Amino acid sequence: MEKGKDKKLVVVQLSGGNDCLNTVIPYTDELYYDNRPFVNIQPDKALKLDNKLAFNPSMAPIKRLWDQGKVAVINGVGYPEPNRSHFRSMDIWHTAEPEKVITEGWIGRTLRDMDPNGENVLGGINFGRGLPRAMSCPGVPVASVGDLDTYGLFPNLGTDDARAEILNVFSRMYGSADGRDAVSEFLGQTGEDALLGADILKEAPGKYHSSVEYAANPIAKSLRDVARVMFADVGTRFFYTQHGSFDTHGGELPVHSKLWQDVASGIGDFVDDVEEHGYGDDTAVLVFSEFGRRIKDNGSGTDHGSGGVALLIGNSVKGGFYGEYPSLREKDQLNGDLHANNDFRSVYTNILDDWFNVDAVPIVNGTFEKFDIFK
Amino acid sequence: MVTVERRTDQRSLMAHLMRRAGFGARQKELDGLEEMRYEDVVDGLLNPGDSNHLSIDLIRRYHTEVHESRGGPWAAKQWLYRMVTTDTPLVEKMAIFWHGIFATGYAKTNQARALMVQINMFRRFGMGKFDDLLEEVSKDPAMIIWLDNQDNHNGAINENFGREILELFSMGIGNYTEDEIKECSRAFTGWTLKNAEYMSVRAMKDSIWPYGRISWHYEFRDGDHDHGSKTFLGETGDFNGDDVVRIISKQRATAVFVARHLYDYFIADEVPVPQWPYTPPKDEATVAMLADVYLNNDHNLKEVLRALFLSDAFKSARFERVKCPAEYVAGCLRVSDAIDRPTLLMNEAQDVIEYMGQTLLNPPSVEGWHEGTEWINSGSIVERVNFAFDVWNNHNSSEVKDITERLSIEGSGDAEAVVSNCLDYMGPLTFTEEKSKAAIVDHVSKNGAVNFGAPSSGERLIAEKRVAEILGLIASSKEYQRA
Repeated sequence: MEKGKDKKLVVVQLSGGNDCLNTVIPYTDELYYDNRPFVNIQPDKALKLDNKLAFNPSMAPIKRLWDQGKVAVINGVGYPEPNRSHFRSMDIWHTAEPEKVITEGWIGRTLRDMDPNGENVLGGINFGRGLPRAMSCPGVPVASVGDLDTYGLFPNLGTDDARAEILNVFSRMYGSADGRDAVSEFLGQTGEDALLGADILKEAPGKYHSSVEYAANPIAKSLRDVARVMFADVGTRFFYTQHGSFDTHGGELPVHSKLWQDVASGIGDFVDDVEEHGYGDDTAVLVFSEFGRRIKDNGSGTDHGSGGVALLIGNSVKGGFYGEYPSLREKDQLNGDLHANNDFRSVYTNILDDWFNVDAVPIVNGTFEKFDIFK
Repeated sequence: MVTVERRTDQRSLMAHLMRRAGFGARQKELDGLEEMRYEDVVDGLLNPGDSNHLSIDLIRRYHTEVHESRGGPWAAKQWLYRMVTTDTPLVEKMAIFWHGIFATGYAKTNQARALMVQINMFRRFGMGKFDDLLEEVSKDPAMIIWLDNQDNHNGAINENFGREILELFSMGIGNYTEDEIKECSRAFTGWTLKNAEYMSVRAMKDSIWPYGRISWHYEFRDGDHDHGSKTFLGETGDFNGDDVVRIISKQRATAVFVARHLYDYFIADEVPVPQWPYTPPKDEATVAMLADVYLNNDHNLKEVLRALFLSDAFKSARFERVKCPAEYVAGCLRVSDAIDRPTLLMNEAQDVIEYMGQTLLNPPSVEGWHEGTEWINSGSIVERVNFAFDVWNNHNSSEVKDITERLSIEGSGDAEAVVSNCLDYMGPLTFTEEKSKAAIVDHVSKNGAVNFGAPSSGERLIAEKRVAEILGLIASSKEYQRA
C-alpha cells in the first residue's frame, strides 16, 4: 500500500461524560423539555438535522460537515449494565470489556495485530502525557506526545546544542542491543525506540505547511499536532486525543457550549486541513464519551447517566443517523437514563473489519452486529 | 568532618538495603549506617516506632486541593509526601507492597478517604501476623465495595471476594476447588459496611451529593450471615469469615504465596503472577526457606522479612529489580534531598508517576500492576529519564553539594576519576557496560578536568553544576532504572 494511504483513525475522547441529550437534541419531543426545565436548548437555537433531531448550537463546524454528508451520528451507544463511574466506564470503552477488569486496550491489541513485531515505533500516538488504557498492550511501542515542539528526551535543557550533546550521551548509553543481561538489553532497545520515535517526530513540524488556521484551544492544538504528524507520513494508524471536562453537574449550559465550541471548531479545522493535504479519504475521526447524563436535569446541570452518542466523521463515512434515538418515555428509561440500544463494540467492529481490514472478533472479544458506516 | 570512604562492602551493602527496604539513602545517612551492625539496622527497620514525616497540616496549608482527599490523585500526593519524608521507609514500602497485592482502586470505589484508611491499615498490620492482616483486608470497607461483598448475602452469594481471597490474596490458583470458593463466599456473607445499600449506590454513581464523601465503616450483619455448616480445605464447621482466614493462613500454599511475593518485591523480579502456577520460582530454595520461616513463626511477617534481609540471596541481588514508578520518583526526590517543605514540584511528581504507568490508589485491576520489565515502554522510559535527569541536574540540591564536597576531598578532578566516584556515590553503580561510563566520561572531558576550588567559591559553584549534570546522566542510565 502506498505510504500515506493507510487508513487512519483519530480518536477524540470527550472525558467526563458528555450530555448526549444536549448534543443531539430531540427538539420536537415534549418529554425532553418536560425533563429538562432548566438545562435545555430551545428549538429555534438548535441546528436542525431532520424533523426530530438537532445539533447543539455550538456545533456549527460539525453541522457544516454533516451537510456535506461526512458525519455519522450513532445514537443510543452504550453497553449492558451501565456503570456510572467515570474511571470504570472509561476503562470499559478502552478495553472493550464490560464484564471483567482487564488491562489491554482495544487499540493496543489492534496495533499488535497489524505489526506483531513492533517494528513501527509510532504506530499509535497519544497526544497528551501518559498512556490511555486503550493503547496499552505489552510489546506494542507507542508514543505519548505532550508537546510536539519539545517532544522527546531532555526537553528542559536550555539550548539545542546542549540538548544534542546530552542526547548523544544517552544514545551511547542505551544504544546497541548488548547488555549485562536480558533486562539491560530490553532497556537499551526501549531507549533506542524512544530516541528513534523522537527523532522522527522532530522532523514533522518543519515539514508542515498549511493554509488552515486552527482555533486557539487545547483540542484544536492537539488536532493540529495530529495533522503535523500525519502529513509527515511516519506510518501512524491511531492518533489519540481528548478534551474535557464534560462532567457538567452544575452550570451546564455555558460550560457544555464552550466545550463543544472547542471540539467542533478543532474538528472542523482538522478536516479542512486533512482535505487540503489529500488525506481526507483515508482519515476517520471517532468522537465518544464514557457515558451520557441523566434525562432529568438537577436545576443547573445533569448527573451521571448512561447511553450516549458517538460520531464518526470523514469523507469515507456515509453521513446520516445510525441506531434509533432512545425513547424518553418513562417506561423505556433505564433508572432515569437513556436506555442504550447499540453496543459500542458494534462501532469498533465496523471500524476494525471495514476500515482497517483486521478481524474484529478477537479484539472486541465477541461477535457484534455491526454498522455499515463506511462507503 | 566528612568521610570519603565509599567503597567498603559494608557501605555498599547498606546502600543496597536502603534501596530495597526504603527509597535509598543519602551519603550522610550511609556514613552513620556504615558504623552499625547490619543485623541491627534490619532490626530497626522492622521495629520502626512512630513515623516522623512532613505533617499533613503543613501540606494542606500549601496544597489546598489535598484537603479532604476528595479525589484519588490528591490522596496519592499525600502518600507520596510520606514516602519521601518519612523516617520509617520500610513501613511505606510494605504499604506499596500490599497495595499491589490487595489492589483496590478508585475506579470503582470513588472514595479516596476509604482508600487512605486502607493504606493506613497496611501500615499498621503490614508487618504483623498474616492472619490479622487478611482479616483486616476482609473487613476493609473499600475492599468490600471493590469486590462487591456488600452483595454477598445469605442464600444468594456473590463470589467475587470469596474467589479473589483465594486466588489473588493467599494460596493462588490450583490449591482449592470451585466448591471451596462457594463455601468461602458463604463464610463471608454478612460482612458488609454500614448503610451499604446507600453507600454502594453512591459509589457507583460517583456522587458527592449531598454530603460529600462519607466515611465508611465495617459492619457484620448476623441476620444476613449463613450460619450453616461449611466444608473448606478439609475442615467442616459453622465457619465465619475469620475462621476461613485462619484456615487459609496456615496453608503451606499461602506461606509459599507470601514468600514468592516478597522475593519478587525485595530480591529479584519474578514472572508475572498469572504465570506462577506454571512456572517454578526463580530461586526455589529461598522461597521455601521463607515459607518455612512463615510457618515456624506463627505467620509473623516481620520474621519472614528479617530472614529475607539477612539471607545471602538478598544481599547478593544487586540491581536485579526494575523500580516501580512510585519508588523511582520517591527515591529520586528523597536521595537528592529535593523536598523539605510542601512544594509545587510534588504536583508534577504525582502526575509523572501516573504517566510512567502507575496510578497510586487506582491499580488497573484487582490483579494489581504487572511489574518488572512491564514498567518499561517507549513512553514510560521518556518520562523516567526526563524526571530523574531534571531532579538530579540541580546544583542547589544539598546532596549534590555534599557529593561535590566529598569529591573535592578525594582530590582528583580528572573526568574519569570524577565519573567513577560519582558512580560509586549513586549506587555504587557498577556498569559492566564500559560504553555507558565512557559516554559520560567523554562528555565531561570536553570541558577539561573539574576544578573544585574552595568551598563557596565561584569555582566550587561551577563544579557543583558539572557534578549535578553527571549525577543527572547517571540517573538517566539503564542501571538506575533498577534497584
